[in-house]
Amino acid sequence: MKVLVPVKRVVDYNVKVRVKADGTGVETANVKMSMNPFDEIALEEAVRLREAGTATEIIAVSCGPQASQETLRTALAIGADRAILVQTDAELQPLAVAKLLRAVAQKENPGLVLLGKQAIDDDCNQTGQMFAGLLGWAQGTFAFKVKVEGDKVSVTREVDGGLETESLKLPAAITVDLRLNEPRYVTLPNIMKAKKKPLEVLTPDALGVDIASRLVIIKVEEPPKRKAGVKVPDAKTLVEKLKNEAKVIQ
Amino acid sequence: MAEYIAPVREMLFVLNELVGLESVSRLPGCEDATADLVDQILEESGRFASEVLSPLNQSGDKEGSSFEGGAVRTPAGFKEAYRQFAQGGWNALQFPAEFGGQGLPKIVSTPVSEMWNSANMGFSLCPLLTVGAIEALLLRGTEEIKRMFLPRMVEGSWTGTMNLTESQAGSDLALIKTRAVPATDPDLGPHFRIFGQKIFITYGDHDLVENIIHLVLARTPDAPDGVKGISLFIVPKFLVNKDGSLGARNDVHCVSIEHKLGIHASPTAVMLFGDKEGAVGYLVGEENRGLEYMFIMMNAARFAVGLEGVAISERAYQRALAYAKERIQSRDVAGSDRSVPIIRHPDVRRMLMSMKAHTEAMRALQYVVAASMDIAHCHPDREERMRHQAFADFMIPVVKGWNTETGIEMASIGIQVHGGMGFIEETGAAQYLRDARIATIYEGTTGIQANDLVGRKLARDGGATAKVVIQMIRAVEAELAGAGGAELAAIRDQLSRGASAFAESAEWIAKSYQGDIRAVHAGAVPFLKLVGIVCGGWQMARAALVARKKLDGIEKGGPGDAAFYRAKIGTALFYADHVLSQAGGLRDTVLHGARGVMALAEEQF
Repeated sequence: MKVLVPVKRVVDYNVKVRVKADGTGVETANVKMSMNPFDEIALEEAVRLREAGTATEIIAVSCGPQASQETLRTALAIGADRAILVQTDAELQPLAVAKLLRAVAQKENPGLVLLGKQAIDDDCNQTGQMFAGLLGWAQGTFAFKVKVEGDKVSVTREVDGGLETESLKLPAAITVDLRLNEPRYVTLPNIMKAKKKPLEVLTPDALGVDIASRLVIIKVEEPPKRKAGVKVPDAKTLVEKLKNEAKVIQ
Repeated sequence: MAEYIAPVREMLFVLNELVGLESVSRLPGCEDATADLVDQILEESGRFASEVLSPLNQSGDKEGSSFEGGAVRTPAGFKEAYRQFAQGGWNALQFPAEFGGQGLPKIVSTPVSEMWNSANMGFSLCPLLTVGAIEALLLRGTEEIKRMFLPRMVEGSWTGTMNLTESQAGSDLALIKTRAVPATDPDLGPHFRIFGQKIFITYGDHDLVENIIHLVLARTPDAPDGVKGISLFIVPKFLVNKDGSLGARNDVHCVSIEHKLGIHASPTAVMLFGDKEGAVGYLVGEENRGLEYMFIMMNAARFAVGLEGVAISERAYQRALAYAKERIQSRDVAGSDRSVPIIRHPDVRRMLMSMKAHTEAMRALQYVVAASMDIAHCHPDREERMRHQAFADFMIPVVKGWNTETGIEMASIGIQVHGGMGFIEETGAAQYLRDARIATIYEGTTGIQANDLVGRKLARDGGATAKVVIQMIRAVEAELAGAGGAELAAIRDQLSRGASAFAESAEWIAKSYQGDIRAVHAGAVPFLKLVGIVCGGWQMARAALVARKKLDGIEKGGPGDAAFYRAKIGTALFYADHVLSQAGGLRDTVLHGARGVMALAEEQF
């Protein structure tokens, strides 16, 4: 079974994100970028499926600028067999990415698509669902456990009340959550091998996908700064303030 | 949390802009060291260093290695970290593909190794010693010995040690007494039985892996006295069967480990060879040439210790910087309505700049020397090889001596930035100073490095190599003159004075070495510091020149991070005013200091 794993190049999780002075977005120039951590978990799961003999080939795919090739090289070093970059400098919204991924999936015919549940830059949590919807595939979101059984896959999901297990018919799209696995460290021999693995570059045009944005960003701004705290003289005042000012207790 | 983030960007700047990674990657045998691959390697090794090794630094120091029931136990977490380290293939980075390595050049292994040392120096000493042992075997091992030991050592499933020191033979290895007696057990092939005691054996025993391969200096029965009668032997903890499996326990044992000022996680063992029938040892290379082999490896070992100075300095800087940003204390001297983060106080700022500038200068010098070692090894043209070998040979004692002395100084400033909190162990800053302290001692004290510099490296060729280095510095000076701008002019002024101080001292040493050798040696360490400071300043000036060009490009609308390059110029300027400015004083000490050093007769002490 072929497994497709979309990976996104995002601002590194250690970077303190700054809003651009003109309010059009966040500053990404000269900022450290790396693979979306949820995508890393998806990739790790794919590698484990291959190690277990379930998956036969892992294809990492990224949509974005040329620099996304670095992220794909990391994916190849983690264990993807080959990579596809759908290259564009245009801003991509989740629907456009879902359409691009659909086009890639139609070309590659994977049995399973594993995606991060969301990207840590925009926190949209939409691409996986839209992608499954466009293809009319079964979808399992927030996966905590994934088990392929014949032509089905059982997905244990993290839901508010606890865990919920579903059985999906393959091909399916699964979005993975934080606790699915702990990604391995990339090994040096795999970094060296990744250099020789194939990386194919496609364009939205070649795939016949319209990537025009459907949503307009009006303004991006910093969250409001925390106001300085106050000291209260006694517990009574505290309770009063919690009741009447903060309105968190009744 | 005193965690470490690998300064990948700084490292790549040095590699790409100052070292010429691209030109090294064009050399035969270095083809893999392309910019994009090196970038990825540094990202991943940096991640491993911060996430796996760094969190064990403080706990490893606190717990330390312990000796119980005849065996050494490493601190909690070390075994698992080492397993991941070896499994990640990091141990094999610089070794030939023939034995399972990746064959990457020194300009790649150097930044990676800097990360291991910054993250956890006590841990890093284990692979460091294995590197030394592997290099000795690559150099002089027979095919059979290589086949038997190298693949396992390269993959990191066996580690190596270097057994040189004995209680009466420290810096002076001519005094070694350990004996090697030819033995005739037919099952074992040609071998010797080793008897004696070695001290200060780093990772001489531990629980990280199943076998430890000791390289041991010893004397055969009819060996001549002194340095020409010492042979090198390989003594495995467990003998290795023909099929590669482990055989009998060899008669080599750890009898105790030392209590030390620093590097507590790294066990420093007393090793007893031949308590019973004698430890089985195989001769490496030819008899009586052991010390010569050690000397061939000395450059690499001294280089590696110099890197520890850079690494500790970086770590201490990161810690101090984080504290200076968050510690609120006292108002701004120029006025503020409330207390401010201490980074705003000029003297704290001066300390942070000193740490930053020294670290960058040391790193640049270290990597430039690494590149020369690669070129000396790989370049197809003999002249080029010789030129770079001479440069590397000259710089090795400087990199070892100056970087480690400066590493201590920077770790000490790091504590000062913290004030009282720095003196408290919990903060973590004190450990860096304790760990750094060994680096000026092992692999030849600073005094020995300085003697090597003034004697073998300078006086022997009449100062010819020193002159070449000074010419290179003068060339940068000329470039600075043409670059324009007040900052570069100020850097040029100090660099020029520094180069003159270097030149005058070098000339005086070359001239005086035959006449008053004591006077030269009395000023050897100040001279080493002078050379370190000036060569560090040379690299800082080169960085400033690169930054100026990049900024010109950015001002014309080109890509790049203007703040990063402006900081390069600012840091070089600080270095010029605060560090390079010391060169003149050191020259005075070199030229005239001996009269005071030797002023008192021995009885007057």
